[in-house]
Amino acid sequence: MLTPEEQREIEEETAHFPVRRAACIDALRVVQKHRGWVSDDAVRDIAEFLGTSSDDIDSIATFYNLIFRKPVGRHVIMICDSVSCWVMGYDKMRDHLKARLGVEVGQTTSDGRFTLLPVVCLGACDRAPTMIVDGQLHANLDPQKIDEILERYK
Amino acid sequence: METPLTAKIRPDGEMIDLAAYERAGGYQAARKAMQMAPQEIIEEVKKSNLRGRGGAGFPTGQKWSFVPLGADAPRPKYLVANGDEMEPGTFKDRVLLEGDPHEVIEGMIIAARAIEAERGYIFLRGEYTDAGQRIGRALHEAKEKGYLGKNIFGSGTDFDLRLHMSGGRYMCGEETGLLNALEGKRANPRAKPPFPQVSGLFGKPTIVQNIETLCNVPHIIEKGAEWFQKLSLTGDGGTKLYGASGKVKKPGCWELPMGTPLRELLEKYAGGMQDGVQFRGLLPGGASTDFLTTEHLDVPMDFTSVAKAGSRLGTGTMIILDDKTCPVGMVHNLEHFFAQESCGWCTPCWSGLHWAEEILWAIETGRGTPADLERLEYICKMTAPGNTFCALAPGAAEPLQSALKYFREDFERHIREKRCPWRDGQ
Repeated sequence: MLTPEEQREIEEETAHFPVRRAACIDALRVVQKHRGWVSDDAVRDIAEFLGTSSDDIDSIATFYNLIFRKPVGRHVIMICDSVSCWVMGYDKMRDHLKARLGVEVGQTTSDGRFTLLPVVCLGACDRAPTMIVDGQLHANLDPQKIDEILERYK
Repeated sequence: METPLTAKIRPDGEMIDLAAYERAGGYQAARKAMQMAPQEIIEEVKKSNLRGRGGAGFPTGQKWSFVPLGADAPRPKYLVANGDEMEPGTFKDRVLLEGDPHEVIEGMIIAARAIEAERGYIFLRGEYTDAGQRIGRALHEAKEKGYLGKNIFGSGTDFDLRLHMSGGRYMCGEETGLLNALEGKRANPRAKPPFPQVSGLFGKPTIVQNIETLCNVPHIIEKGAEWFQKLSLTGDGGTKLYGASGKVKKPGCWELPMGTPLRELLEKYAGGMQDGVQFRGLLPGGASTDFLTTEHLDVPMDFTSVAKAGSRLGTGTMIILDDKTCPVGMVHNLEHFFAQESCGWCTPCWSGLHWAEEILWAIETGRGTPADLERLEYICKMTAPGNTFCALAPGAAEPLQSALKYFREDFERHIREKRCPWRDGQ
């Protein structure tokens, strides 16, 4: 079931489109904001709320990079793997994060604290290498700086 | 040297709010535009020779002139700001979105007037959370003042403007992919014609315009097309936000006269190469542009001149390749991006780019054969313009085909020595 708050927020988005279903990406974002990810049940509930099928909503949810269809940790690290960051040492930053967290890219730490994901160019190439944690940009990374940043997310 | 687009941006990195924006002369151009007929605005923008800053360089005034005007035009009409800055190596629209969101909004108000659009969307990439908050705040301020919504500036016309945060996909930056995304669909490209100017968002006439392009509009209306032309060193009007990333001393983003030579950008503004590395080449305007090398450093960075040199101005933010970085590895990184972000709509793209990535990885890891170079060239041919619905695959072929031309010896050395000379240390 969508919570009353989720329903209200999604309803507000639908008002800005001539057809109700057009708000489905906003609806997925609303649910993910509250729950961290989008479950099969949530896909079904969004579909019902917007008057379409679960398959229709799932085809959208799986197309977009920022919609998570699997559970994630309390904090989501997205490390930029695009060209400017690659030139400036992405490989080393990724390997440091993997070793530090004990996970591969795409996995969640066993304590559920962090999920490590790749992301494309974050538009801060003059400050490469970069990553975002819970939506917050961190730039000019080096291994020591990464360690300090991780400490801030419990 | 005038820098109209970035002049109001605060040095402390905070956004300029509505009151400060107006004190600095903001929203005067929008007021002036409300007294102008749509055709007059379009003519002024045409005369200015403003070309789209998203990468393709299409003349802006001409694009607007395709939208049907008057009482018989289909309604509602839409104006969409493309703030889906996902081209790797590009970080110029972020500067404007975070620094001066009211300039984006004012440009949209004027553009909406020119095409008689009553609805607008700012399409922002989902990762730009700071820009999203600032645009949200600026929209609120502008609505409170009556600059957005019903009867804006007491002109009798309405303009309802809404922020949409993207679900994240490179294809959302493509004009028709963006329209599909806004409609809540997968961001596949649409067949053209019909062009969006006639049948776009929800089948209605629509203009999609890059953020930097829109930010030029208030200044053209305020100071005139002739002034705008004179800002440029060459035929393409205005200034340009240029950028540099890679192993240069001072990577960054600068507003400079359109047509500033490559060498000046690289040596004066980016501070030259870092100590211990040599320049080998660069992608002049994002990932989907052809490499240029030392022989091109005197090329003026405008649409016409860079095209003559065999590449594209693209977004104007260059990515620099140095001699301590493997060109094969760099191109592999680029093709990995394009293969991943391909939406799967056209076969040359989803199949071709995947194979390009695989072959490049084989070469990079010492498993390449001489026939692989021919295969890569074949993929470049198959992804050429005209074989796909949109420009993703042709764009992906640009760095690949030019790398095969300028760095061929490096590819051949990988194959001959069955290893990457950079990975093992030279």
